[in-house]
Amino acid sequence: MAIESDVLVVGGGISGVTSAVAAARNGADVRLISHKKTTLRQASGLVDGLGYVPGRSQSTDREGSPSQKRRDFREFRDNRSEYWGPLITPFDGIDSLPDGHPYSVLGADALRSGLSLFDDLVGDSYLGGHTEKNALVPTFGGTVKPTARYPRAAAAGIASDNRSMLVAGFRSFTDFDARMVADNLEAAGVPFEVTGAEIAFADLFPADAEVTRFAKALDHDERIDGTPARQALADAVSPHVGDAERVGFPALLGDDNADEVRAELEERLGAAVFEIPTGPPSLPGLRLEDRLYAALDAEGVKYETGCPVVGYETAAGTPSRVETVLVDRSGQEIPYSASAFVLATGGFVGKGLDSDRDRVFEPVFDCHVPQPPDRYDWFVDDAFGDHPYARFGVNPDATMRPLDADGDPEFTNLYAAGSAVGGADVAREKSASGVSLATGAVAGRAAAAAIDDLNLELGTTEI
Amino acid sequence: MPHSIVVIGGGATGTGTARDLAMRGFNVTLVERGNLTEGTTGRTHGHLHSGARYAVSDQESAVDCMQENRILRDIAGHCIEDTGGLFVQLEGDPDEYFEKKLEDCEECGIPTEVISGEEARRREPYLSANVERAIWVPDGAIDPFRLCVANAADAVDHGATVETHAEVVDVLVDDGSVTGVEIERHGPTYLGKGSEGDIETLQADYVVSATGAWAGQLAEMAGIELKMSISKGAMVVTNVRQLDTVINRCLPKGEGDTIIPHETTVLLGANDDPVDDPDNYPEEQREVDMMIDIAAEMVPVVADARMIRAYWGVRPLYDPDPRSTTDPGDVTRNYFILDHAERDSVEGFASVVGGKLTTYREMSESVADHVCEAFGVDATCRTHEKPLPGSTDPSALDDRMDEFDLRSPIARRSRQRLGDRAPEVLDIDGANPTICACEGVSRAEIQDAIGRVGANLNGVRLQTRASMGNCQGGFCTHRLGAELYLDHERGAARDEIDRLYQERWKGQRHTLWGEQLSQAMLNHMLHATTMNHDADPAVFDDEIDYGAYDSGVAAEGSHGD
Repeated sequence: MAIESDVLVVGGGISGVTSAVAAARNGADVRLISHKKTTLRQASGLVDGLGYVPGRSQSTDREGSPSQKRRDFREFRDNRSEYWGPLITPFDGIDSLPDGHPYSVLGADALRSGLSLFDDLVGDSYLGGHTEKNALVPTFGGTVKPTARYPRAAAAGIASDNRSMLVAGFRSFTDFDARMVADNLEAAGVPFEVTGAEIAFADLFPADAEVTRFAKALDHDERIDGTPARQALADAVSPHVGDAERVGFPALLGDDNADEVRAELEERLGAAVFEIPTGPPSLPGLRLEDRLYAALDAEGVKYETGCPVVGYETAAGTPSRVETVLVDRSGQEIPYSASAFVLATGGFVGKGLDSDRDRVFEPVFDCHVPQPPDRYDWFVDDAFGDHPYARFGVNPDATMRPLDADGDPEFTNLYAAGSAVGGADVAREKSASGVSLATGAVAGRAAAAAIDDLNLELGTTEI
Repeated sequence: MPHSIVVIGGGATGTGTARDLAMRGFNVTLVERGNLTEGTTGRTHGHLHSGARYAVSDQESAVDCMQENRILRDIAGHCIEDTGGLFVQLEGDPDEYFEKKLEDCEECGIPTEVISGEEARRREPYLSANVERAIWVPDGAIDPFRLCVANAADAVDHGATVETHAEVVDVLVDDGSVTGVEIERHGPTYLGKGSEGDIETLQADYVVSATGAWAGQLAEMAGIELKMSISKGAMVVTNVRQLDTVINRCLPKGEGDTIIPHETTVLLGANDDPVDDPDNYPEEQREVDMMIDIAAEMVPVVADARMIRAYWGVRPLYDPDPRSTTDPGDVTRNYFILDHAERDSVEGFASVVGGKLTTYREMSESVADHVCEAFGVDATCRTHEKPLPGSTDPSALDDRMDEFDLRSPIARRSRQRLGDRAPEVLDIDGANPTICACEGVSRAEIQDAIGRVGANLNGVRLQTRASMGNCQGGFCTHRLGAELYLDHERGAARDEIDRLYQERWKGQRHTLWGEQLSQAMLNHMLHATTMNHDADPAVFDDEIDYGAYDSGVAAEGSHGD
């Protein structure tokens, strides 16, 4: 006997959670299953809407095979297509996006509704919803980037704030050198004084300790050489604070008790404290994951993680309708049935897209993924160029149903959301979370609406 | 006053020649247009040949290879991994050729052992069930980067000067004699000397062109016509080491049928296709596919293995009689010293062409002999008996590694890379965290490499293997940049991050499917989304009006009450 629900969401990232909540709020009984929870461990925890409209090249920037000929990185920089941005608001750029972009398909209101759903789910742990403007926040690469929503922990770092800044780094934490970050921020023309200092605090931990280890020590205020961790950190930083009114750290200031850690540091340092998101494992990403799963509970969505979907079945006689998906639970294939399904399995990083030497494919439903037939046309020669591969994904209609090669829906009751959807170069656009939220909100609503249609249909048939 | 010699080319032959001439008392300057190893040497298969590969078709090369193989094991043990090699006969491969290979190996003095298919699979479990029998030969893997650096370092220790990032733009000829070269600097040398755009003249009593595939271009600067028969070969790199033995197919006319374990990876290669310009030739999908397909016949798991990148090199082949061959596979692997006085009536100039990485030392010896002869200098070669720096007894270091706060696999790899320089390199103040997790490279090694090559992350990579693993620099390029930030001018770190990231992309793009495509996307997200490296406002000119964006003030206010 299959496990039943109205809407079954496959995938547990931002888009999966968003579509599950959107469907639930539209009256559906929703279940979410995912292989891994999210790829947020690898994400910054910033929620981008649209930061740039990067120019598109018409095709790969070469004829035939790539060449051995060496090209200097400056040549790539000089020839990189124009970027429009950083955009003052995400909505400024939507009309300039190409036709196949999810924002073009869904319209600006989809992004608005996705962001507002997000604001509702995460409560006051995120800021930025008071304005449509993007915020420019410092990155651990020493640049600033436009984002739509930012964790409270990152708020004091905003670059449009004139307060003087100290960036603190730890010598044994290798992701950045704080002096280099400060120097690069200055080169980016930020409107405040900024200095960097590398401190020895983290040397008290074993070499190669992960950020989660530091976070735990601060969470529990563990004693380090006899001194509580938060005090030890403040003591190490304070000689460098000088006139700085705010102090930025790599994002490792606590996990469960992050607000408390930050508050104590602010008090001890006499300056505002903020985090700069870093690479994996990303604590702001993991904290967001916790928030989202708490929201699922609150919305009454049932979820199971750790179980990959390995196949699907259609009803006898209606090959255009997904009836069940098969879920691998400890080696057993369990059927889950639903009236509508949402494909939110992610892109290449989340394994919602896979590939071999011959083709790129969507492994669960084998939905059509538009792509050039030749593998060497999947990329361009500039590492930061307009890579077709970065835009691969299923091609949706306005209700987020993936379309086949002929432009017809693959299935009548399958919707797609998030990075499994193609058309956006989310990395260069700084639009990843926004695309997930917008497509998730639409796909969830559409899936719930389909239930109503179906019930109506079935009702009619029964009479 | 000793005679002054300019050696052009910072590959194995050039550095080996510089070492040999410096040991014989000449005043040597080595010039290289990029970094050491940047030409063919850094793009070889790293195959320490026993000569078995050439035993049937090219016995002169085979004999040379075996002789040099023995010498290199003595003088450069720390650059060699003694993997042994197998020539495998698959079902249907001709018996006659197998027997001929055995006979000819014996004739060339190459030790062999015939083993059964079962025994071959016992030694290398991933070998195909179709392997019927195999010939064991003393092939090995050789690290061309360490080999080259060791030769250059020893040349410097014997008084030579090494000018990197110095391209020869003219060979100066006066009245039928070469008098020196004109160089243009592409940047400071590894010692920080000079700057980009500088043009300088280096006077010399004799010039040796050890430029391999580029020898034709160099000769042309002296008005000499020299036609090389260069060919390209692709090599594809797997992410794990499925094999510990060099595997060759026992077939005549082998192309793309050698599999070589190197450090943490295995290299598949290489095809043999003629090209015209060593700096500009196509890198083709069919070549990558061909390497995988051919290797998979011998070792089926490679068909599904994760490939992390592909790279191409050009063979410096020279055909003394071009009319006799049409296929580059038939061009001899032998080497030639072309005396341009004899050949072209230009005095004081010789080119050394052809040959293999395995025979680089003998080539160097021959050209050094030739220079001695030209000046009537009586000095004998000692490069075959004097070990290269770093090669003496690395095992003595085992118990010292803990002192340097290195976890064991990292310690082991550091020691292998550093040889007897390990204690000196690893002794730094403060923490010694891992910078490149894929290849296990710690801060101390990175700092040491930066000290040796300057603000040049690609050079750091070649010395340490940092950024050469699964993630192809996605997770460490920025870390490497942060390591060099402090002691270099503003912007240098940022530029080097971009340069290395682009360099890593160049090889990675050839293996963009499966897990490596996922990795590429993850790297793209980390660098473009999280760091905004693609649109860094510090790099691009447009000024940002910071006041136009969310200033956060309203946010603070609205949540305060």
